[in-house]
Amino acid sequence: MSQLWIATLVSSLICFLFKYLGYRIPESLLNRPVIQRINSLIPIALLSSLVAVQGLTIEQQVVIDHRLVGLLVAAIALSFKANFPIMMLLAAASSAAVYNL
Amino acid sequence: MAVAIPVGTYGAAFGAASIAAGFSILQTCLLSLLLFSGASQFAVVGVMGSGGSALSAIATGSLLGFRNGLYGLKMAPLLKLKGFRRLIGAQLTIDESTGVAISQEARGDDAARYGFWATGIGVYFFWNLFTLLGALGAGAIGDPAAWGLDAVVPAAFLGLLWPRLTDNKTRLLAISAALLALLLVPIVPAGVPIIATALLAVIFGSRAKR
Repeated sequence: MSQLWIATLVSSLICFLFKYLGYRIPESLLNRPVIQRINSLIPIALLSSLVAVQGLTIEQQVVIDHRLVGLLVAAIALSFKANFPIMMLLAAASSAAVYNL
Repeated sequence: MAVAIPVGTYGAAFGAASIAAGFSILQTCLLSLLLFSGASQFAVVGVMGSGGSALSAIATGSLLGFRNGLYGLKMAPLLKLKGFRRLIGAQLTIDESTGVAISQEARGDDAARYGFWATGIGVYFFWNLFTLLGALGAGAIGDPAAWGLDAVVPAAFLGLLWPRLTDNKTRLLAISAALLALLLVPIVPAGVPIIATALLAVIFGSRAKR
């Protein structure tokens, strides 16, 4: 089985198990402040590193290119409380514009 | 219906990004049907697309998907599901359905339950429909960068991250995580820099009281 299939099926299975276990385990087990705190922080760390790696690297090297323009435009749009579709379109359009220059 | 347009755009972006990362149309649609959690799906295709191993992709996607389990913990006493309906309810337990259910709690349990199911089913439908459309569209456009697709993925992560940056601690964590990941990128295998930053979250979370 290819790596892509393994990634597709195993991550789907694990993510479903997490969802399902939430309905099966006693609430007291995870209802501790430190778990709640870490749980709210893990997405922040992962999402931020994904922004950096997906936006600023190519094949294990840090590369500044048209994607950074798209990201900066996205950040400006978000700071003006633009909704999701608008933000994505602006990011794509600005990045593509610089790429096609 | 209010959720359909953002979900549709985001789903189409996922479909296109997944194809650009090398996944087939079938694999792309299965991720939306079976995994059904946007951030995890983007993480899986992002890590694979940047040359990471399946293990790194699974670890990153799963870490991001863990929060849905805690949503389930919160939804279980409200929904009181058994058997097959519990399987369906669990699959629909994501940011949007849980968020709407919680926001409706003040109007009573029935309103909260309705909010959960209506949102979960609506998002599931539009997310999968637009994943397919995005995947089909991406096959037709050629070079993803010429359409800005390579910027759409990090922008999508930024859009998910932005509302979580509510105070100095979260902003400091976000900046530290981004810097740590960039420092690690040249020296460890692809995918590992992202997982490594989860440790920062554990450190930040177990230390400070606020």
